[in-house]
Amino acid sequence: MKAVDGVSYELGEGETLGLVGESGCGKSISCFSIIRLVPAPAGVIVGGEILFGGSDLLLKSEEEMDRIRGAEISMILQDPMTSLNPLFTIGDQVAEPLQIHQKLKGEGLREKVREMLNLVRIPSPEVRMKEYPHQMSGGMRQRIVGGMVLACRPKILIADEPTTSLDVTIQAQFLRLLKEIQHTSNLSMIIVTHDFGIVAKACDRVAVMYAGKIVEMAGTVELFDNPEHPYTAALMKSLPKAGMRQNRLYAIEGQPPDLRTLDSGCSFAPRCPRAMEICRKEYPPRVEINDGHTLSCWLRKGEVLND
Amino acid sequence: MSISVQSTAVDGTSRQESGARLWAMVLHARELPLFSIGLLLLFVITGIFGDFISPHDPLRTNLRAVLLPPFWEETGTATYLLGTDHLGRDILSRLICGAGVSIEVGFSVIIVAGLLGTLVALLSGYIGGRIDAALMRLCDIVLSMPYLMVAIVLAAVLGPSKENIIIILIVLGWASYARVLRGEVLRVKEGDFIRLAVIAGASPVRIMFRHIFPNIVNTLIILATLQLGMVIITEASLSFLGLGVPVPEPAWGSMCAEGRGYIYDAWWIAFWPGVAIMLVVLSCNFLGDWLRIRLDPKFRQI
Amino acid sequence: MKRYILKRLVQAFVSLFAVTLIVFMLTQLSGDPALLMAPPDATPRDIQEMREIMGLTKPLHVQYGIFLADILSGEFGRSFKWDKPCIAIWLDRFPNTLLLAGASMVITIIIGLSFGILSAVHVGRWFDQFGKIFALMGQALPVFWLGLMLMYLFSVKLRWLPTSGMGSWEHLIMPAITLGWFFTASIARLTRSSMLDELDRDYIKMAKIKGVSRSGIILRHALKNATIPILTLGSLNFVFMLNGTVITETVFNWPGVGRLVVEAIFTRDFPLVQTTVLIGASFFIFVNLMVDVLYAYIDPRIRYQ
Repeated sequence: MKAVDGVSYELGEGETLGLVGESGCGKSISCFSIIRLVPAPAGVIVGGEILFGGSDLLLKSEEEMDRIRGAEISMILQDPMTSLNPLFTIGDQVAEPLQIHQKLKGEGLREKVREMLNLVRIPSPEVRMKEYPHQMSGGMRQRIVGGMVLACRPKILIADEPTTSLDVTIQAQFLRLLKEIQHTSNLSMIIVTHDFGIVAKACDRVAVMYAGKIVEMAGTVELFDNPEHPYTAALMKSLPKAGMRQNRLYAIEGQPPDLRTLDSGCSFAPRCPRAMEICRKEYPPRVEINDGHTLSCWLRKGEVLND
Repeated sequence: MSISVQSTAVDGTSRQESGARLWAMVLHARELPLFSIGLLLLFVITGIFGDFISPHDPLRTNLRAVLLPPFWEETGTATYLLGTDHLGRDILSRLICGAGVSIEVGFSVIIVAGLLGTLVALLSGYIGGRIDAALMRLCDIVLSMPYLMVAIVLAAVLGPSKENIIIILIVLGWASYARVLRGEVLRVKEGDFIRLAVIAGASPVRIMFRHIFPNIVNTLIILATLQLGMVIITEASLSFLGLGVPVPEPAWGSMCAEGRGYIYDAWWIAFWPGVAIMLVVLSCNFLGDWLRIRLDPKFRQI
Repeated sequence: MKRYILKRLVQAFVSLFAVTLIVFMLTQLSGDPALLMAPPDATPRDIQEMREIMGLTKPLHVQYGIFLADILSGEFGRSFKWDKPCIAIWLDRFPNTLLLAGASMVITIIIGLSFGILSAVHVGRWFDQFGKIFALMGQALPVFWLGLMLMYLFSVKLRWLPTSGMGSWEHLIMPAITLGWFFTASIARLTRSSMLDELDRDYIKMAKIKGVSRSGIILRHALKNATIPILTLGSLNFVFMLNGTVITETVFNWPGVGRLVVEAIFTRDFPLVQTTVLIGASFFIFVNLMVDVLYAYIDPRIRYQ
């Protein structure tokens, strides 16, 4: 069963890419693949390439990946309540990547930890450093994770549903923090989310995923203006719009497909209101319809891209 | 820095699935634990029909064929396939006869202890109140005693014999059935069909045996299967110490004890009985676990 | 919580009483000690006199009372065979059993832990399968047979180790392995599932994201949390082991408390049998009590059963 099959994108410096899709579409797994944390023996990366700084990450050894993780590419997980080890202090956990990658020790290490905690707006870092995760709230924990993960100033940050488990009031705060840090350090980000609101606020470009493949990708504004793929259009339609009266929320009919029993046609065909004969027979190639706007759908013709 | 991710395909299967595949591989079969069932059948058949299958008389001594090794060794012969012991008795025949002993003891104990425990569980669980309290206290006392040690002392006092061992193991064994099954009875008691039966005027006895019992029988079978292995090992341990089935009747445990003195020259005397025990107990455990998973996935009291 | 402890304490005492009662009654049943002790040419009157001296003519409940009083005062009677206070004999042998059990624990933990960790790290692969079969066999093997087979392999065939008895550390290895065999299997399985649970956790993923190496993850992060249930099980095993030494000590002729029981039984030395069984049973009951209290402390659901 291929959880991800046909994900291809590029991320530039300082850019933020949003990965959008329903649960189970493979967006999280594709991100784990980038840092090669797909859990064996259940999951195995069977093809493709991940180019970073000129070399293919898939060809690197475990030791080389260990050096890249944390220092060059980093990740925030969804649930802050379980992201921190209950047996180690906050200080120890934030210090760890600094110890591993920058070999800091003693006072220099403590200084850097304080600096990071300040950066993510944790009050009285000196005190907090000695405390344990269970003494902190969810919002604080997520910020600590942010500090921990950015301590070595990686070039890329992957955020897997970073605000989903947070209180609504804190979500915006955290997002703002991330954007600020990004601004000052030219950080590239990939934000995995199912929330278009976050996409609108934080992402430069968006990729929409369905059943393990990217079906549409474009700049944020362009996508909101012209959602071409029926799935994208449906997702946007199902967003409740503030201020407008709606009798019923629009829901996409049907269920996401079972990835073990995919046919050869377009995976969205069974649920697509505009499906045609060819959709059920052959998977549409990726085409570019506008500058930077790509699409995999038989409805639109354009320049075929080679993947 | 730019990162390109191209057509990365990730193959995924859940961890649970591969765990199940492990089970299947270990059990040598797709669904049924054929190996265990087959072995246990062999065990039972051998035990019951031992007299007819046995190549020699297990008790007959032959001082001209003393300490012969198994047939594949240099001095071994095909007449005595697994070798002979210090009195020239055929090991294979004794093994077969010993199976009979283990079967007799094993099944007697699990059947009687099981039924006794079930009875206690039914009374305790269904009637409740002071009877429940008293029975469970008794149960606790029995369960809190060091199993092997008490068995040893009882065996010593009552004198080693097959019947005594059976009695002792029953006395020590009913309690674990009672404990677990009482929980089941309490669970089943809450069912609506029980209430309907009460309304219809059924007597407690009728309810206990016609309604509750069939619903706890599954658990009883699982327990009994798992206990069988333990009973066999305990009987063997007691026989090994000389407190079990008395010589010269062959029992796997006492055969090992005899073999101990000859471990230098004749390893096979002690070897075969142990292998037999291990295979039987292994099969019991496999079967019991398999039954547990099949019959009641929420079964967690053991 | 306190009520639960009290309840269990009372239960433990009742069990203890039950054991003393059983032991007392059994020794009454097992024959007339006076008869056994008497010289062959004793007349019936001599025997009757002996009975009176030994206090055997007093009513049963009085005898039981004296029996209890003796125990509580630490006086466990005199051994028939050795003519020394039973407690002295027991204390003399106990350190040997302690040594055996201690060595066994160490071996059990080292092997069990390593097997468990390796199985978890290589989950699904051949080592794990091998480990699984190993663990299953561990529970199906009769202890006495394992002892004999080890003896055969290492003493007879390879001549690396001495067959039996106590002496140098070489005498200790085989009995220790034999005694700990069953528990090694349990600990290995527990470690494996404990580690697998741990390795699945988010904060372990975070550690990997930070760039911690594989050995770092296993040894520094996962193991720390995983060992909590293992420690609990391990300390319990220790005292259960003390009772399980009967067979092992018999096989290897180890001069400990386990073999003492068997010896006393065969020499019909009732005071000694009583002593060893009572002390052994008390240990067992006491540890069960500790275990239950500990578990109730960890899992609040149990207290309200």
